[in-house]
Amino acid sequence: MLLAATASAVLMLLQQAPAEGTDWDAEFGVEVKERDPVTGEIPVEPYEQSNANAGATPYDSAALARDFGGREGIARIAARTVDLSEADPRVAAIFAAHDMVRLKRTLGEQFCYLLGAGCDYSGRDMRTAHAEMGVTKADMNALVENLQAAMREAGVPFAAQNRLLAKLAPMSDQVVE
Amino acid sequence: MPAAPLPAELPQIAYVPVLDAEVEPTPIRRAVPPVHITTAFDEDGVQSGKARLFKGGKLLLTNGVSTVEGSSGGGIARWATIAGQQMPGGIGLSAHATAIELPDYGWRSYGVAVGFGDRLELSIARADFDTRDVGAALGIGKGYTFNMDTFGAKLRVAGDVVYGDPWLPQIAVGIEHKRSRDGALVRALGATDDESTDVTLSATKLVLARSLLVNATVRYTEANELGLLGFGTTAGAGYALQFEGSLGYQLSRRAVLGAEYRSKPDNLGLGDDDWMDIFAAYALTDHLTLTAAYVDLGSIATFSDQRGGFLSAQVAF
Repeated sequence: MLLAATASAVLMLLQQAPAEGTDWDAEFGVEVKERDPVTGEIPVEPYEQSNANAGATPYDSAALARDFGGREGIARIAARTVDLSEADPRVAAIFAAHDMVRLKRTLGEQFCYLLGAGCDYSGRDMRTAHAEMGVTKADMNALVENLQAAMREAGVPFAAQNRLLAKLAPMSDQVVE
Repeated sequence: MPAAPLPAELPQIAYVPVLDAEVEPTPIRRAVPPVHITTAFDEDGVQSGKARLFKGGKLLLTNGVSTVEGSSGGGIARWATIAGQQMPGGIGLSAHATAIELPDYGWRSYGVAVGFGDRLELSIARADFDTRDVGAALGIGKGYTFNMDTFGAKLRVAGDVVYGDPWLPQIAVGIEHKRSRDGALVRALGATDDESTDVTLSATKLVLARSLLVNATVRYTEANELGLLGFGTTAGAGYALQFEGSLGYQLSRRAVLGAEYRSKPDNLGLGDDDWMDIFAAYALTDHLTLTAAYVDLGSIATFSDQRGGFLSAQVAF
């Protein structure tokens, strides 16, 4: 017993400290994902792209798309929602491990598609996109508030804001665990 | 300590085979507060055991305002909403005070409600109904004030007022146990009981596409003027189904305009009318909501045209 303890203590003392600047990712075989130099997005596993992934049928109303400032306005609102949520202590932890560049694009596409502003949605479906994130209904409410803040800043009329939320709210079952 | 001479071959820790092994990915779960923390204060409110007190999390106004009977709802109609701003796993609180000024009467009510998650609401409220000059005319004394206590419970059984299937409203069942504190007088007026229990079934949904809040409640009750004038009659009138409906239009996150209707039995034959109101509710802060309404309570104890102003304040956490 004493011998074994002494032997292991000696072994520990004899260990060499790892060299400075060891590439631990390579050492442990961690696959490093490079951002795409053009889009700035981290590549994802391939999946079937379809507008059906957006989770609802789009509106067909030019006036509604105009209320949101068209495609550019919608993209800005989506990006602002992501920025606000990333900085929101209630939900920041959910966003920390995800690709915000890609999220801003796909969220913008989803809003643009649902509002009938002439985009296709190229993201994943809601269940897959939120799998194992552990989103709660309280988190959903925080996201809604951030989206409302972004829409308010962009001057979207309240009734129009609610029409977008009307498309998103029924998706809660696929988002909340 | 001088460095010992190194052996020719350094011992190695056999980590490679272990780390290269295929590992089943474990699902990521949100961190749950440790169970051993019994009570702690932080910026998120109060932690007690596993329940979070007053952390909030509800969308503004989705806890409703407070009814004259102390439940979460509109001013006069009960809704399926749960009082307080808590989310699942949390405990919330709301308190209200309401005043109604009518040509011949004055109404004051106040109470508190506790919400457990998005599931259960328990409430208690006191109503004081001042008969002013009418008291003398009715022979019960000028300024005679009827008092009633209401103990409420409400359980959400299905749906969500905001999320989920747009055709599935939030549905709740509940009771309101009422105790008139004027037993001898209400019996003299012809009521059989000074306490009774209403049973309610409510459905409430925020129709986002129209910015419209829709509520319908059926109430099985034998109350005369909500119970201020007792319950049932010696003539045999008893329980009957009554209806409460509300429509609210969301002007903004903080403001709602709406109208309500509530049917009431006329067991005592004193000309009890159905009640209605038009209201405006405004969330002054995230925790303070003011409601102002114009109410038409019809005839009360034979004095007709009781129309007036309704003002209510609610504090919720």
